Amino acid sequence: MGYILQVIIDALSLGSLYALAALGIGLLFGVLRLINFAHGDFITLGAYALIVPAYGPNAIRFIADFPAPLLIICTILVIVAIALISEFLIFRPLRYATAATLMVGSFALSFVIQNLIIMIYSGRPKSLNLWSELTEIKFLVGDVEIALLPILIVAVTLILLLLLVLFLKRTPWGVQMRAAAEDFKMARMLGVRANFVISLAFVLSAALAAVVSLLFEAQTGILMFRMGTPLMVFAFIATVIGGMGSLVGSVVGGMTVGIVSSVLQAGLPAEVRGYRDVFVFGLVILILLVRPQGLVLSRAARERV
Amino acid sequence: MAMTTEGNSAQRPTSSRFTIEAKSPFMLQVRAWWPPVLWSIVLLIIVAIIMLAGGPVLQKTLTDALIKLLVVVGLYVFIGNSGILSFGHIGFMMIGAYGAAWMTCCPRTKKLFIPGLPEYLQTHQFPFLVSVVVSGLLAAVVALISGSVLMRLSGIAASIGTFAFLMVMYSFYLRWDPWTRGASTMTGLPVETNSWVMLPFIVVVMFGAFLYARSRYGLSAKASRDDEVASKAAGVNVVGQRLLSFVISAFIVGMAGALFGHFLGILTVDSFGLPLTFITLSMLVVGGMQSLSGAVLGSIVISALFEALRQLEVGFNVGESVIALPGGGREVGIGILMLIILIFRRNGLTANQEIYWPFRGDAAAKTAMSRKS
Repeated sequence: MGYILQVIIDALSLGSLYALAALGIGLLFGVLRLINFAHGDFITLGAYALIVPAYGPNAIRFIADFPAPLLIICTILVIVAIALISEFLIFRPLRYATAATLMVGSFALSFVIQNLIIMIYSGRPKSLNLWSELTEIKFLVGDVEIALLPILIVAVTLILLLLLVLFLKRTPWGVQMRAAAEDFKMARMLGVRANFVISLAFVLSAALAAVVSLLFEAQTGILMFRMGTPLMVFAFIATVIGGMGSLVGSVVGGMTVGIVSSVLQAGLPAEVRGYRDVFVFGLVILILLVRPQGLVLSRAARERV
Repeated sequence: MAMTTEGNSAQRPTSSRFTIEAKSPFMLQVRAWWPPVLWSIVLLIIVAIIMLAGGPVLQKTLTDALIKLLVVVGLYVFIGNSGILSFGHIGFMMIGAYGAAWMTCCPRTKKLFIPGLPEYLQTHQFPFLVSVVVSGLLAAVVALISGSVLMRLSGIAASIGTFAFLMVMYSFYLRWDPWTRGASTMTGLPVETNSWVMLPFIVVVMFGAFLYARSRYGLSAKASRDDEVASKAAGVNVVGQRLLSFVISAFIVGMAGALFGHFLGILTVDSFGLPLTFITLSMLVVGGMQSLSGAVLGSIVISALFEALRQLEVGFNVGESVIALPGGGREVGIGILMLIILIFRRNGLTANQEIYWPFRGDAAAKTAMSRKS
């Protein structure tokens, strides 16, 4: 019983991280039709922002020593600034390019960010403890100890989702964003400013990336220049099986991928457990075949003739 | 429909002051096949100069660049004609490379390192050329099987499908210890590939790719790229045509993988991941996705930039101090240059056009115009 509870909580917390990352990708796709491969690197940067930019082998704590509220705000501000700069320099000039060109543009941005990290912080992994008390506090449920952190991750995700839904449904800016995601040209004709809405999408996406990087860093305690890439890969998969352009879909997709990989990890017999990712990605192909438009169909994604 | 869009770009009258009237049958053929002819000549010159005058390091770099070029041409055959961005082709390169290792490693090494091989492969050793072609065929067979599933998708879903395919193959080979040595290195492939060996492969593949693009099959695939619904209505078997281009391009990329294995002599699964996917796709997009000239030009330009920045990383003397880029600086530079190219030429350096016979006189231009109408 306790073991099953453990698996459920792990599955939910992994699913939550994927869902948050997938939302970051989904928000940009909705407005800009951009599949942002650099999202994983925004997550990586969020973690690296916590330390002093130095080449040495040890991490010198900088923002990491701030009190929690200030720490969160500073990280978000740094990532938002980087996202806005890249929007201005790269994605604004490329706005009317094809989806493939945009995608390769974000690929190139990701390449630049990763190698900038190698240049500035060196390519060696560094260890950094963030809020280590969160993993130390444990509840005793039955005969199994459950750490606070995975529960916190799920809670933070739920709160953020609620805030995001309120923002999108109840505020004028949110309505403009939804209108732009539905039909960008029409929204512009009705007075939605393109630059503003796109910048707003970048800000929200970057803020989500910063939150993911803090949660992820608290969980792993390690800094690597490619730490965001696996998250990006799974989040990207999640947005697709959820349905590109649908925010609900991103969340559903993220949860699905997270839960499936945790359950496979726990449930597969030992000799095939190494092949877990083969099964996860095989499932992705299967879902695509059955529902090429994703699990949740967004109105914008429907093909028109 | 695709024929006229093709014709527009192909037979635009250009008034060049220097004209060569192609009258003999041979010159007419040269003119008709100009893009692969042109690039064969360019590559021959590059290879000749570097192989005769360059140092050993530069020669290795050139071979590596030519292998990437072959991969990019393979990518072009699928992406350029079908319009679907594929992230999965490096998986075919991996299949080709390991296929070559299964065939050409000496039996003693195979017994030691890859005990999972069946008896026949275990005890036999095949010649280099056979292994390259058979490895390409192996990749093509895998493409036929996976493609018959993946090609039923279209647009972004198809791209993601190929991405998932890459991840499936990558994670599978990483764990398939008895056949691939998994995460450790496979050694013992005979080193056979150099730039002179690469050149004939590339030339044949370029002519083949050009022939395919102009054949009814290539034109059907392009029609489905330009308008899927209209091409279906005009009787194009969209799934079948996509599958054909997928299989051909997997064959090319699989051969490139086998050549890559015979270039280094060692193989790791890790080298066939996202970074290589990114580099080869960028070469194609920077050159221009929808033309053979774009594929070739893009890979030449990016490889040349890489080499130039490598020289910078080594450093050069200014007065008494040495100026050198720090580690990672080369990649940052290449990324920024790529972004600049993308921003200022968003359809690639060739703007998706082929580079056609430039020495066209007024008479030829006139006949071209009249043929069009």
